[in-house]
Amino acid sequence: MTAVAAGMNRIDPYLIPALDGVAYGLLVFVAASGLVFCFGVANILNLAHGLLYAIGGYTAAALLDGGWASLALALAVGVLAAAAVGVLLAGLLTPVAAGNHLSQALLTFGVALAGGSLLVAGFGPDNPQVQVPAALEGSVMVAGHRYAAYRLVFIVVAAVLAAALYLVVRRTRAGMLVRAAVDDPEMVACLGVSPAWIRAGVLAAAGALAGAAGVLGAPIIGPGTGTADTVLLLSLVVVVLGGLGSMAGTLLAALAIGEIQTLGVALLPSAAPFLLFAAMAAVLAVRARGLTGRWRAA
Amino acid sequence: MRGEVIRRARGGIAALVLVGLVVAPWVVDDYTTAILARTLALALVGVSVALLTGVAGMPTLGQTAPYAAGAYACAVIGSRVSDVGVVQLAVAAAAGALLAALTVPLVVHARGVIVLMITLAIGELVVVVLGRWRSVTGGTDGLAGIPAVRPFWGLPALASDQARYLYALVVVATLVGAVLVLLRTRAGLVLRAGRDDETRLRASGHRVAVHLSGAHIAAGAIAGAAGSLLVVAQQYISPADFGFDTSALLLLGVVIGGTASIGGALVGAALVIAVRDWLFGVLPGHAPLVLGALFVATVYLLPTGVNRARGRVRPSGAPDHQPDPPAIQEQATVGELRR
Repeated sequence: MTAVAAGMNRIDPYLIPALDGVAYGLLVFVAASGLVFCFGVANILNLAHGLLYAIGGYTAAALLDGGWASLALALAVGVLAAAAVGVLLAGLLTPVAAGNHLSQALLTFGVALAGGSLLVAGFGPDNPQVQVPAALEGSVMVAGHRYAAYRLVFIVVAAVLAAALYLVVRRTRAGMLVRAAVDDPEMVACLGVSPAWIRAGVLAAAGALAGAAGVLGAPIIGPGTGTADTVLLLSLVVVVLGGLGSMAGTLLAALAIGEIQTLGVALLPSAAPFLLFAAMAAVLAVRARGLTGRWRAA
Repeated sequence: MRGEVIRRARGGIAALVLVGLVVAPWVVDDYTTAILARTLALALVGVSVALLTGVAGMPTLGQTAPYAAGAYACAVIGSRVSDVGVVQLAVAAAAGALLAALTVPLVVHARGVIVLMITLAIGELVVVVLGRWRSVTGGTDGLAGIPAVRPFWGLPALASDQARYLYALVVVATLVGAVLVLLRTRAGLVLRAGRDDETRLRASGHRVAVHLSGAHIAAGAIAGAAGSLLVVAQQYISPADFGFDTSALLLLGVVIGGTASIGGALVGAALVIAVRDWLFGVLPGHAPLVLGALFVATVYLLPTGVNRARGRVRPSGAPDHQPDPPAIQEQATVGELRR
């Protein structure tokens, strides 16, 4: 009994950071999956992806008032607004030759810069407070620890979202087209599906996912001037680590990043700044050829 | 004939610009001189971006990483060990090269947009590390009060903005000259050949990964040296100097300058940085909005982007379509490699 208790005591302090890591990882997964589609299907490096998340976050800060209705409204507005910006990006990118990555990167960065500036002009330079629904404001007991109820619910919701995403990509016609477009965009064009529509659809879907992540994740990675950069960085690292076309790889990478950001900081505070970098370097150094082998030589 | 005229005109313009740069500190005020010195440092980073993006064909958004490594190494050495410029430059270049060497396994196997993604992630991660590694970098507060540099042992410390600017100018001119000379050697030609037709270069027995690694490390050393110039110019650095917006601005400048041209990269990067600093002065608070719109407009005005520079280099059918001598020279080398 005492040995078990001692063992529990050793694990105990890290239980909450580990749980936080799951919440963080799932949030990063939902945000990053949009970037994976965008890059995999439309072959676009969307540097405005973090902006799409920030739009969701600011929407949550502006609309949430503690009730469930406001959460539903914020989710609808945030998803639609971010999807609309995604479509706008697709329109802006139309004149840019396909495969011209430098131009795509510069154009999407320009949109990110201008959009970020508009958000700060609209919502002020301070990081706004986000009010979660009153019913989720308290904490629940998890294995003898108090844990924020919202985060626990978020883990469930994000897991459901991840599962739904997997099913859509795996089982539906839209998902099949998306996967086919990753492997062979010209063949998909031959099937009579306009690449322009695929691009607009993919950017809208990526926007919707990032917008949803922004609204739901606002209490975890809140809206602020640095949010867009943070989310873009985390999504990029997930895409680089997880490889392309593999939802499982993306999920695994996102969860690993979540744990590194929370459990890693709790376990090794002095090494914390380097953990993300070291993890990326380690994975890529071991699997560089394997990972890039799956990537199209763009 | 036409190529000869263009080359002479280019040479004349370059000479005029150089004269203008030398006399500039006596024409403008101290504040502008200090800004010019910082712009020179950033333009040198632009050269390293052009080396990777245009010459080696590895588009990068992360040259701020070796730039930051060089700057912080120089700042630490400058405040604790030595105020001698050549020492600081060597340490900064070594730090930049070391960081680039460490990231080689991440970069050289990837191509195109994946390089953009990986380098961007590396650059951002370096900024995160700089912000959190307080004991060495001073965290987000940065490092201040770095003593004035003395260019060489026994020389006086550079006390005025003019002197520091001229020091930066001499270093930039020397390094850019070295890059231009290096690009004319076989190594430079192999790099360009690999960018244009990697399969053929590989087939002729060249180890492309080795050449790309060399280019990556050399570009890192140049960016590191530029970091030391930033320390000399500002005597203060913080992680904010190395953000992802700086990478994107430099890439924009290099694209404007015509990715494969080192001179173009210098001018383009300087122009873009100057526009940014000027916008932040005249439009407090709204500069990013205008800057973002300028990015979008520039992409539309330069619709071919990197292809423009490539089209110039690619061998084409009729000889009279060759616009200028470098293209012919490079073509000859590709031919030579085929043998």
